[in-house]
Amino acid sequence: MPEKHLLLRHRDIPDIHELEVYRKHGGFEAFRKAVTQMTPDEVTEEVKKSGLRGRGGAGFPTGLKWSFMDKKNWPHYVVANADESEPGTFKDREIMERNPFQFLEGVAIAAYAVQANRAYIYLRGEFWQVAAWLDRKIAEMEAAGLLGDNLFGTDYSLRIYTHLGAGAYICGEETALLESLEGKRGQPRIRPPFPPSYGLYGKPTVVNNVETLTNVPLIIERGGDWYRTIGTEKSTGPKVFSLSGHVNRPGNYELPLGTTFRELIFEHGGGIPGGRAIKAILPAGASSAILPATDEVLDTPMDYESVPKVGSFLGSASVIVVDETVDIVWLVKKTLHFFHHESCGKCTPCREGTYWMDHLIQTIAEGRATPQDLEILYDVAKQIQGKTLCALGDFATMAVVSGMERFREDFEAKVREAVMAGG
Amino acid sequence: MSQQVTLTIDGKQVTVPAGWTVVDAARVANVHIPVFCYHPKLEPVGMCRMCLVEVGLPERDRATGEIVRNEDGSPKIRFFPKLQTACTTYVQEGMVIRTTTEQVARARKDILEFLLTSHPLDCPICDKGGECPLQNLTMAYGPGTSRFPYEYKLHLEKRVPLGDLIILDRERCIICGRCVRFQAEIAEDPVLSLDGRGRATYIITTSDPPFDSYWSGNTTDICPVGALTTTDFRFDARPWEMHQAASLCNLCPVGCNIMFDIRREPELGGRFAVQRVMPRQNEYVNEIWICDKGRFAAYHFAQYGERLTQPLVRENGKLRPASWREALERVAQAFREAGSGLVTLASGRLSNEDLFNLARLTDHLGGRKVLDTFLAGGEWTDKVGLGRESDLAALGEGDAILVMASDLEEEAPIFWLRVKEAAQRGATLVVANPRPTKIERHAKHVLRYVYGEEGKVWEALLAGASEAAQALARAENLVIFYGQEGLDLATSDAVARAAARLLLTTGHAGKPNSGLVAVWPRNNDQGAWDMGFRPVADLADTLRQVKALYVVAADPAGDDPHLAAALEGADFLVVQDLFLTETAQRADVVLPAQAYIERGGTYTNALRRVQRFFPAVPPPEGPQPDFAIVAALARLLDLNLEGRSTAKGFEALAAQVPAYQGLTYKDLARVEEQFPLVSREVLDYTGTAYPNGQGLGVVLPNAVERGETVAPPEAPEFPVRAFQGLLAVPITRLYDRGTLVAWSDTLAPRLPEEAWVWVAPETARDLGLQDDATARLEIGDLAYTVRVRVNPAVPGGVVLVPRSVGVVLFTPVAVHLKAVVPAS
Repeated sequence: MPEKHLLLRHRDIPDIHELEVYRKHGGFEAFRKAVTQMTPDEVTEEVKKSGLRGRGGAGFPTGLKWSFMDKKNWPHYVVANADESEPGTFKDREIMERNPFQFLEGVAIAAYAVQANRAYIYLRGEFWQVAAWLDRKIAEMEAAGLLGDNLFGTDYSLRIYTHLGAGAYICGEETALLESLEGKRGQPRIRPPFPPSYGLYGKPTVVNNVETLTNVPLIIERGGDWYRTIGTEKSTGPKVFSLSGHVNRPGNYELPLGTTFRELIFEHGGGIPGGRAIKAILPAGASSAILPATDEVLDTPMDYESVPKVGSFLGSASVIVVDETVDIVWLVKKTLHFFHHESCGKCTPCREGTYWMDHLIQTIAEGRATPQDLEILYDVAKQIQGKTLCALGDFATMAVVSGMERFREDFEAKVREAVMAGG
Repeated sequence: MSQQVTLTIDGKQVTVPAGWTVVDAARVANVHIPVFCYHPKLEPVGMCRMCLVEVGLPERDRATGEIVRNEDGSPKIRFFPKLQTACTTYVQEGMVIRTTTEQVARARKDILEFLLTSHPLDCPICDKGGECPLQNLTMAYGPGTSRFPYEYKLHLEKRVPLGDLIILDRERCIICGRCVRFQAEIAEDPVLSLDGRGRATYIITTSDPPFDSYWSGNTTDICPVGALTTTDFRFDARPWEMHQAASLCNLCPVGCNIMFDIRREPELGGRFAVQRVMPRQNEYVNEIWICDKGRFAAYHFAQYGERLTQPLVRENGKLRPASWREALERVAQAFREAGSGLVTLASGRLSNEDLFNLARLTDHLGGRKVLDTFLAGGEWTDKVGLGRESDLAALGEGDAILVMASDLEEEAPIFWLRVKEAAQRGATLVVANPRPTKIERHAKHVLRYVYGEEGKVWEALLAGASEAAQALARAENLVIFYGQEGLDLATSDAVARAAARLLLTTGHAGKPNSGLVAVWPRNNDQGAWDMGFRPVADLADTLRQVKALYVVAADPAGDDPHLAAALEGADFLVVQDLFLTETAQRADVVLPAQAYIERGGTYTNALRRVQRFFPAVPPPEGPQPDFAIVAALARLLDLNLEGRSTAKGFEALAAQVPAYQGLTYKDLARVEEQFPLVSREVLDYTGTAYPNGQGLGVVLPNAVERGETVAPPEAPEFPVRAFQGLLAVPITRLYDRGTLVAWSDTLAPRLPEEAWVWVAPETARDLGLQDDATARLEIGDLAYTVRVRVNPAVPGGVVLVPRSVGVVLFTPVAVHLKAVVPAS
C-alpha cells in the first residue's frame, strides 16, 4: 500500500500512538541512528539539506536555525512550540494526540543535534489533556530507555518536559513563549538577540513548531535528498493544511507544499456548501491578509514563495474559506476583536492601536460611521505597521488593510447605511 | 578601557564605548532621541516605540568581507527597511543614524497620537505638568490634534494608593514599565508588577504591606508622566513656581546629593518652605537616586518641628527666655570657671565648620571633646580609608568587597546599591554577618558568626587560610565596610583595627579604590572624628564628673535614662540644639541653633568625600548657626574663631586638619560630565533628578597617601562577654523613631508605632511567645513593653533590638523577655 501520510501516519496505521506499534513501524530508529551513527552537526546538515522550513508560520529554514546555536554558551535547550494559537489552526493538536511518538522523536533528534539535555514542550493552557497525554507517552519512552541517561549506550542524555501556558495568543510568539516558560508574563522580547543565542533562561535555545519537528525523524531515516522530492524546490516536504470555514469537508489535509488552493478547497474539501460562490480566503488564519478568491488566487500553489506573490502569506497554512454570504466588515470586526483581546499590551502601537481599531470597526459595523472613520481606520492600521515590538501588531492590521483595499464596497455600504440612517 | 566605536548621528560623528545604545550615543552627541520606556540605568526593553530611527550600516561585500564604497570613496550605507528602536540598537563602527527624516518625524507623531488616545490630558491639575516628558515630547514631536474620539476614551481610577507613599493615577499611566523595572533591577524589591494585558494593563503592587520598598520615591522621578506621585508633594506646588537649593541628605553617612525645591508656603504663613526633596546627580555617591527616608524626612524636622526660637537661661529652677548676650555671658563665665573641667559632647549631625570651631574652643580651655556615638574606628578610616579619587563605580572584576556586621540597606541604603552594583560588575563580595541580609544575595562567600564572636571571623580572615580570606587578599582592590550590626564601641574599635591590619598587611591600604569604610550612625561622624572628637567608653561616668558640659546636637538624657541621671552630676549644663530636648530641659542655658537647611557648610561622608550644602530657606528669627554661636562664645573667652562665613571657617579648618590640608570650597565645587547626562531640558532621558552644578565634593587623602607612616596595628583583642541566658543585641533599621524622622507626616505611616524586637522561632517557643505577642523586655534596671516579631532569619538565643525604636540598648547584654499576661 503506498503511504498516503508522512505526518498524519495514524490515518494509515492504527494505534501508532502505542509505543510498540510505533516501534514496529521503524519508530525511534531515526533517533537511534542519529545518536549512535551521526555527529550532531551531521544531523543538522541533513536537516539543512532537506530544505525543511518552519511550519509555525515564518518558514525559516530549520537546519539553519539549529546551526545558529551559540556553541560557546551552555546548556542548550530545545523547546517545542505547541501553543497552536492561530485561529483556524488545528494541525499540531491532531499530531500530538494521534501520532505523538513521531513528534517526540523529532524533539529528541533536534535535542541531540544541538546537544541539549533538556527539552520542553510548551502547550497552551487549553491543551491540558494533550499535555497529560504527552506526559504518559514521555513516561513510556523513559520506561523503554528512549529518554534518560546514556541513551543507546552513549553518554548522551535527554529529558523532555511538558509545560502548560495560561492560554494566550501571544505565547505562540517564540520569545513570549520563552518568557511564559520561565514563569513570567507572556510578553515578547526584543529580537535580536534571537533564541539560538539568547533563549530560555538566557541560554541558546531552538524553538520549533510541533509539525516542523514531526518531519525530522523522516529526514534522518530517509535522508534530506528523499525529502526534497516532495513539495517545490524552495518549499520542500509535506504540509498539513488546516481547512475550515465554508467548505463541505473541513479538516486537516496532508499535502505536498505547492498544492493549489483550488485543489485543497474543491477536491479535498469538497467545495462550498449549498453551491454558493467562494468570496475570499484567509490562508494563514486570523493574521492573514484576506485574498479575494479569484481564479488567479485559486490556482496559486500554497508554498512560501507563491502566496506572497498574490498578496498574503502561507503562515501556518490554516486556510479559512469565506463564501459570498459573508460581509467582509463582519470578518474584519471578528479579527480585530480577537487581536484587541489578545494584544499583550507591551508596545504602544499594538496596545493602543488594536483598542482604537476595534472601536472603529464596531462603529462601522453598526452602521454609525462616517466616511472619515473609514479613512481613520485605514490610517491607524498603517500607523501600526512596522512599528511594533513583535509580529502580532502587524498581524492585527492584515485583515483591515487587505479587507479595505480589496473589498472596499463592503465598507462603503456600511457607511452609506449610516448616512441613510442619519438622514 | 573598553573598545571605542565611532558612528554618525544626523551627520555628527560621535565616539562612544562599544556596548552603548544608540540613544545614549545620541545623548552624548547632543542629538535628542525621545524616549519613554528607556532609561540609561535600566535594561532596554523597546516597549514604547518612541525612539524609532533610521539605522544604516556599511555594506560589506559578501565574498570579500570588504566594505563596499561609493564613487567618492565613502562607505556605502545600507539602511534597514524598517525603523529601528534606538534604545535596543547597539552602536557599531560606521553605523549611520538618521533622526530628522520625514519617516522618523511621522513615526514620532504616530506613537504620540497612540499614547495620548486614552491619556486624560489633565495637565492643568497634574503634578507632573511643567516637568513632564509626555508633555514636552508632545510639544516637540506630537500631532497638534487627535483623531481619537472622546467617547472611545478609557476612564480609569485616578487615585490608587500603591502604598503609603506613592499614589498611582491609572488614567495617566502609559505602561512604560519603568517603575516595575526599577523595582526589580535597581531596588531588587520586585514589588510592582504589570497586571492584565492589552489596553487593560495596569501597574499593581504585589507586596504586603503594599509597595514595600525603601526606594519607592525614585519611581516618581523616572515616571515619564504624572501617573506616580508622592503623598508628600501631590497637589502641593507646580514645578515652575519653585526655586532650587542644592543640599545633602543628613540622615545617614552616605551624604546623598539632593535638591530642595522651595516655594512660599501659605500654610506656613507665607514663609519660604521646602516642598520636596529631589535627587541631585553625583555618580560617585548616590547616582541619581535617593532612599525614601531622605526624600520624605530630610527637611521636615526643621520645617515642622517645634523649634527653639530664643536662648533660655535657668532662673529659680526654671528656664526663661534671655538675650543672646545674657545667655552667652553666662556660658562664658561657667566655661571660664570650669577650664579643663569642660566637656563638649557633640554629634556627627554637625557640619565640619561647626565641629572645628567647637574643637578649637574646647581645646582653648583645655576641655575634652567627646563624640556622641556607639561606633568607633574613625582614626582607622582616616589612616586607611578609601583613597583619593576613589569611586565605587570603578570596582568590578578582580576586586573584592567585605561587608562586616552591617545590614547595609538598613543602615545606608545607597551603599547597599553601590556594593551590589560592584558585585554585579564582577567584584567578589564577602559578607560576614550573624544573620542573612539583603546584600547577601550577591555574596560569593558568606561568613556566618555568632553575635559577640566577631573576633573569630577576624582571626580567620587575618590568618588568611580560608577561601574568603584568600579572595580578599588576592583582590586588586579591597574595600571593607563595617557597620552597626550588634556592635558597640569596644567591638567596633576592634573590628576597625582588624580591618586596618588586613588592609595594611595585604598591601591594599593607600591604594585608590581600596580602604576602610565605617557605616556610621550619623551623617558627619567621619568629620567629627577628623575634628578630634572621640567617644568615651563610659559616657555616664564622664558626665557625672564634669564641671561644665556643653552638649551640641546630642540628647544623652533623651537617649538613655542612665545618662539623664548622670547629668545631675554636671555642675553646669549648656545645650545647643534645634529643639527643647530632654537634655535641654535639664540645662542651665539653652542656645537655639539653625537647622542645616537654613545655613551652609560641609559634611564628610563615610567614603570620606567632603561635600558642601547650601542655605535653602531663610532661617527663622532667633536661632544662629552652630559655628557662629561657638565663635561668639569664643570671643567672650578671648579666642578668635570664624563666625560669619563657612567658606572662611573651612579655610581655617583646612589649615589645621591634616586630611583637609589645602582644600577650599572651590575644590568642592568642581563638577565634571557624568554619565548618564542629566539635564532638566531632557527630562525624558533620566527623569526629574537634578543635574549637579554645585560640586561633586572631594575624597580626602588617607594617612598613607599623606605620607604618614602607618604601621599595621596588632591583631586586636576582642572583648569577651561572659553571660548566660538571652542576649539582647542592638541592630539598625532604616525606619526608626529617631528625632529627625519623627516630624515627617509623610513617612509616619511607614515608621514603627511601638517598640518591637525580633526573635527566632525556637527562641520564641522556649520563651512561650507567639508572633505579634506583647512582651516585657528587662534590661538591667529598665523594662520595656515590646511587640515580639518572630523571624526565622534571626539566630536562636538572641533578641534583636532595633536602635531608636523605644528600647535603650548600646551594647549586647543579657536580658529577660517575658510574655505579658493580659489582665483579665
